Amino acid sequence: MKAFAQLFTALDETNKTNEKVKALKDYFMRVPDTDKMHMLALFTGRSPKRQINATQFRLWAMEASHIPAWLFEESYHVVGDLAETVALLLPDHEYSSSKTLTEWMAEIVALNNLPEVEKRDWLTRSWAALDRQERFVFNKILTGSFRVGVSQNLVIKALADVSGLDAATITHRLMGNWMPATYQFEELVHTDTAIEDVSRPYPFFLAYPVQETSTVQKTPEELQNLLGDAGEWQAEWKWDGIRAQLIKRDGQIFIWSRGEDLATDKFPELHPFMQQWPDGTVVDGEILSFKEGLPLPFAILQTRIGRKTLTKKVLEEGPVALIAYDCLEYDGEDIRYKTQTERRGLLEGLQHTTPYPEVFRISELIEFDSWAQLSQIREQSRAMVAEGIMLKRKNAHYQVGRRRGDWWKWKIDPLSIDAVMVYAQKGHGRRADLYTDYTFAVWDGDKLVPFAKAYSGLTDTEINKVDAFVKRNTLEKFGPVRTVKPELVFEIGFEGIQKSTRHKSGVALRFPRILRWRHDKPKDEADTIETLKAFLGEGPI
Amino acid sequence: MFNKPLLEFTDKGIYCAKGKFYIDPWQPVDDAVITHAHSDHAYAGHKRYLAHHLSREVLKYRLGEDIRLQTVEYGEKVMKNGVEISMFPAGHVIGSAQIRVESQGEVWVVSGDYKVEDDGVCTPFEPVSCHHFISECTFGLPIYKWKPQVDLFNEVNAWWKNNLAQGLATVIVGYSLGKAQRILQNLDLGNGKIYTHGVIENTNEALRRNGIQLQPTKRITQATSKEEIRKGIVIAPPSAVGTPWMRKFQPYSFGYCSGWMALRGAKRRRAADRGFILSDHADWDGLVSAIDATGCEKVYLTHGYTASFARYLTEIGFDAHEVHTLYGGEEEGAPPQPSPEGRELDDANINIANQKVSPSGGDLEGAVDLGGATI
Repeated sequence: MKAFAQLFTALDETNKTNEKVKALKDYFMRVPDTDKMHMLALFTGRSPKRQINATQFRLWAMEASHIPAWLFEESYHVVGDLAETVALLLPDHEYSSSKTLTEWMAEIVALNNLPEVEKRDWLTRSWAALDRQERFVFNKILTGSFRVGVSQNLVIKALADVSGLDAATITHRLMGNWMPATYQFEELVHTDTAIEDVSRPYPFFLAYPVQETSTVQKTPEELQNLLGDAGEWQAEWKWDGIRAQLIKRDGQIFIWSRGEDLATDKFPELHPFMQQWPDGTVVDGEILSFKEGLPLPFAILQTRIGRKTLTKKVLEEGPVALIAYDCLEYDGEDIRYKTQTERRGLLEGLQHTTPYPEVFRISELIEFDSWAQLSQIREQSRAMVAEGIMLKRKNAHYQVGRRRGDWWKWKIDPLSIDAVMVYAQKGHGRRADLYTDYTFAVWDGDKLVPFAKAYSGLTDTEINKVDAFVKRNTLEKFGPVRTVKPELVFEIGFEGIQKSTRHKSGVALRFPRILRWRHDKPKDEADTIETLKAFLGEGPI
Repeated sequence: MFNKPLLEFTDKGIYCAKGKFYIDPWQPVDDAVITHAHSDHAYAGHKRYLAHHLSREVLKYRLGEDIRLQTVEYGEKVMKNGVEISMFPAGHVIGSAQIRVESQGEVWVVSGDYKVEDDGVCTPFEPVSCHHFISECTFGLPIYKWKPQVDLFNEVNAWWKNNLAQGLATVIVGYSLGKAQRILQNLDLGNGKIYTHGVIENTNEALRRNGIQLQPTKRITQATSKEEIRKGIVIAPPSAVGTPWMRKFQPYSFGYCSGWMALRGAKRRRAADRGFILSDHADWDGLVSAIDATGCEKVYLTHGYTASFARYLTEIGFDAHEVHTLYGGEEEGAPPQPSPEGRELDDANINIANQKVSPSGGDLEGAVDLGGATI
């Protein structure tokens, strides 16, 4: 655990890419192979199942640190992270432990069948053997909140340097539902395309935004400069659903979501057409709720994802379909090296023969001759229940991760409204102990109605200013939430709006965020609930 | 007759009506007793100042040569209108004092800022028995627990050495009065020379005029070469972070010394290469033990996590109260304190009358720069 905690600290302490890679390589060189696999699992989001719930964890931490519950909570609000709070509050460690990460992980997994008392004793003993740095990482793993400030790309780069394999191969071999207990480091870095897991998805190719900010529109001339001739590009609508990879191999089917979650059971409607596919077929696309040929608001899909069991009612209210847009494996062959156009041809062939064209759909290509024409077509995005347009270079192969150059997303402007900040709450992580999460309201007559929460979009300097404002203008405190003197006006952007019975305002926004601070607007000039409601029906939601 | 408390909290500062003097007032008054020379405690514009001997030169440097200043030794008694004033070491920075006020057998002590660990630079903190103790609690939450400074400076020196090996310049950042001297006295001169930012060197010079022995330092001027600096270490004030002055040392590794570095979030906001948890304030255990050692009947908490600390003290049997002051701007990079009014110092409170403090100076960094500095 010491080596792992040191790695974590080293990564945490530097912003420099080459130092991060160096720390990762040092780690790979010094730990046993099984530790490497556990580390890779943790760094790629494969945390072990949580064996001690948050309530137990808090309670036992309070006991071990001998402080009252309220003081624990106060501390937590200042630190903004449970694992860190506990690491700081516990008394100094009594002795030290030389257990490896693998040994610790085995102990954590073995907690599964233990009675509560034994879990508590184990936890208390473990804390006493770990220093502050180790404890923090240990707590993070234990509470299932382990995240690290390093991209998977860097881990893969370090691993590529150490093993001599190329990064794309490693990325691919780290996909899927492997477990550190069953996947050997030897298998991972073996130079042959050794033992393959039939469920393993390909790394997704992700698009780059054409414009980083939504305030300035790209002109057709700028697109010409950025992308070259329109004729080299294929355009499709950008669908707002769940990015997914659908696999049929060895008679089995697998549905992976973008977050690398295996979600096969969540989408039974898609199974029949997948069963019809020949073995060795992998398709990339978007899962959307569809009814009568039209996409439904994302909110409907979202409620479905949250369910443990899919009742008949849920399936009827939000049936899903796949809008396919790429084919990655055909007839058992990895065809990512083929051009966009070639892959598209194979995908169309596959889709044309399906007996289920209503659920196995294809993302239609948009016909256009010039960037100017496409700019105009893009204006219809909302009517198409799309988020904008996707641009794919016709001769590009399917790449790994987010790459500039061949896939671009060209989103439409968000809807926006000027609103008054009414509540503030402290953030987490880097923004712990700063008021960074705000609730916004619009006018309903002479009252302000809260309608959205947003916590991104301001610069650090602006956050500091708002934080100072909140502290000086608090009207009331409710736990961590402060009611603030209504004064500051912000322009809030959002992707869609829907009626909601759960919100006081009667509406729910999709992706609300702060576009800018309207220093120029007094609070009386903020928008009204009527203005907000006028957006209803302007999808996509 | 209405019996006024010996010390009271007014909108100008802590006031002794009987003795007609204030302690660390933030509005101009006739008689100001000063705990220490940090800008949130020693304001300009008072008619007469009373402070410890070792604060003399720094106060004159910061507030002007012409201030009317009387200085005393620790333990020395001064009478003002029948009230006895004496000073005891606070262990915060050189010249820092707790102010003991006594009248008719009633004793009050104002801690100013303090720490209980002996830092080897200033006179160590000494608990003073009293009936009423007015304490700071900048780090009054149990998440703040300092390591012994020897461990910390081993880390600092090892980091410096490692930078030298990699050909990187080393910049260590700490407040110009207190932290800077504590750092420089603990640097391993075997590694190389110590270079200082002008604001820090001005403070060092003031302290040397006051008879304080400090390790040799070299002021960075236009003439100081980058190569020379790379073989040593630079001590800079927080206000220098992210400025062209600092960028010219590139490539460098930059370490930030502050108690707030105990929190990962604050550390990440600072974007320093290394965060060293070094504070001139007492940690949680230090505060509790210091308050306990006074044997006081009542505790008043002036700045820091006053609400939670007061509640905790009450639960363990003290009669503790929050009071409202304008202190608490000096621990640089401080997350603003969770008092309802959030009274950080704002521009209006900042005295820049003293022209010797350059605009890029390190004096008020904690007050005006709340985490905005990034490289």
